[in-house]
Amino acid sequence: MPKPVLLLACGNLSRGDDALGPLLLEYVEAHCDLSEIELLTDFQLQIEHALDLENRELVLFVDASVSCTDPFELTELEPAQDNSYTTHAMSPAAVMAVYRSIKKQLPPPCFLLGIKGESFELGEELSENAGKNLQQACRFALSLLSHTDVAVWRQQADSRHPLAGLGMLPRPQDLMDA
Amino acid sequence: MYEHLETAESSENLKRVAVDPVSRVEGHGKVTLLLDENNQVRQARLHIVEFRGFERFIQGRPYWELPVLVQRLCGICPVSHHLAAAKAIDQLVGVDPDNLTPSATKLRRLLHFGQVLQSHALHFFHLSSPDLLFGFESDIGKRNIIAVLNAYPDIGLQGVKQRKYGQEVIRMVSGKRIHGTGAIAGGMNKSLTKAERDYLLEDVDQMIRWAADSVALIKKVHCSSLPFYDEFATIRSNYLGLIQPNGALELYHGGIRAKNDQGETILDHFDYCRYNEAIHEEVRSWSYMKFPYLLSLGKENGWYRVGPLARVNNCDFIDTPMAEAARLEFKAHSNEAMVHSTLAFHWARLIELLHCAESIKILLHDPDIIGHDLVTQGEKRFEGIGVIEAPRGTLFHHYQVDENDIVTKANLIVSTTSNNMAMNESVRQVAATYLSGRELTEPLLNNLEVAIRAYDPCLSCATHAVGKMPLQLELVDAEGNLVDKLVKHNDGTIDRHA
Repeated sequence: MPKPVLLLACGNLSRGDDALGPLLLEYVEAHCDLSEIELLTDFQLQIEHALDLENRELVLFVDASVSCTDPFELTELEPAQDNSYTTHAMSPAAVMAVYRSIKKQLPPPCFLLGIKGESFELGEELSENAGKNLQQACRFALSLLSHTDVAVWRQQADSRHPLAGLGMLPRPQDLMDA
Repeated sequence: MYEHLETAESSENLKRVAVDPVSRVEGHGKVTLLLDENNQVRQARLHIVEFRGFERFIQGRPYWELPVLVQRLCGICPVSHHLAAAKAIDQLVGVDPDNLTPSATKLRRLLHFGQVLQSHALHFFHLSSPDLLFGFESDIGKRNIIAVLNAYPDIGLQGVKQRKYGQEVIRMVSGKRIHGTGAIAGGMNKSLTKAERDYLLEDVDQMIRWAADSVALIKKVHCSSLPFYDEFATIRSNYLGLIQPNGALELYHGGIRAKNDQGETILDHFDYCRYNEAIHEEVRSWSYMKFPYLLSLGKENGWYRVGPLARVNNCDFIDTPMAEAARLEFKAHSNEAMVHSTLAFHWARLIELLHCAESIKILLHDPDIIGHDLVTQGEKRFEGIGVIEAPRGTLFHHYQVDENDIVTKANLIVSTTSNNMAMNESVRQVAATYLSGRELTEPLLNNLEVAIRAYDPCLSCATHAVGKMPLQLELVDAEGNLVDKLVKHNDGTIDRHA
């Protein structure tokens, strides 16, 4: 049986801020108890990732985002037949829709942790701003993964300020030292 | 041919239409059309809007990093770059392809068959089957994998599972889905365990059956729409690819064979290490992507096509029985020595999918695949060239290193670059045949995308941040004023802004 929680990060380590997802995964791997959590990374999402959602209780997609207004955002996802069907790189919601079509049932609760990025050129390093956003997102991910309860994740996704209520809001200087 | 539509006279008096980006191809491409006052197409071009900078990314790095580093060039065919780079750095450590151990060669072949299988499955089932099963001008809401899964659930599910199986072959051989280090200089770094082999054997017969079914499906689709499928976007061209010494289809290693549109041989068993004696690349001011051509035929006539259509056209036979039977049917449907139909790329691609599934089974039953003699050593050289047949066609990696093993020069010719001229010709054929004089609509413009998509181009690489996938169609008049605009949003809805 697969582990109940799946953390699926997308991105390319050699394309600037596109590395945000895989880098967060590396942080989680180094700092988190993985007995109940499976970590997967890929360049981009595709149809076969729908099969990775099978028999999970919670799924967290992690990806760089150009549309984030905050350093990072947690969003609960619904299956959606969006425009990403027409590309080699599907959205998490589209992967969920593929799951629903294949399995004839709803996918497990899925969330997207988007981390704000700004530059994605081949051969670039992570930008300074993205590095700061990553630090905050890493701390948040550790807190979130210590509460693998869908109600808590939903509360966090609904909150304008994630981490409120988890009792682990880090101080700014902690984030800078991370 | 349609080269007269590459550059229009008096373009300042023409209307401009842009399809930007082309969807269901990898990366970002843009088609621009210039129309006269009667909506007759006067100019059509496929532009590549991203400059890749591959060579600059590679130069200055130690050669042993390359098999991992180059995987990051492309999120769709990382294994192809991985293996082409590995073949090149084999030479840097003094090992020629024939000197790899049998186990190392067979593990690399297995890895490559897995890559081609998953890539071809993705392209057909996810990217192309909506057009082929529902029609090129069908409702845009239907042209996606979900609609295929709903209307043809068995076919859609087979596509997902074939793609997954190919990924599992990659994972077993290289240790990871991505960033694997299967191939290293002079060989492979791990063998396949018996458990891994047996795991892959469990489903391989099912994969062969499904692949055979998909060949039957595409043959039915193609032949039930003749002569349209033989004429749509079709151009006459030269064809180039690797070939085995006995003339059999080859994906991993061989000499270069090129044939002209009559099936006459231009090059045969040509040593790819001398590729720059036979192939040059032309730069044109309006595109970032170069235009390769065969030197012996010159810039005007020397352009060629690569990929499944070229490979199946060029080979004398395929060395797996079901794929060979499918090839014979494929060739028999045409009255010519070479099949020129651009839509026949799909048919040829699925014949290769079947060949890959059959070849994976053969390799899994080969005792060498679980052997442990994996690495060969030799004396250092300062130049290495690796060439393979990637899913989309012939892929060249060429490196030079200094005495400190640092890459000082890198040259890559990727498959899509070789098909650049051909894709432009197909775009012009479709524009001239199907678009001239008609009011432009999204379904009509999808015809252009269908033509490009048949080549399965990889126009860019793995940047994919959330929220970067709009599709816009713009009509601009001679003064640069926006006359009409279609915007497709991420949720699939379309707005018209007149």
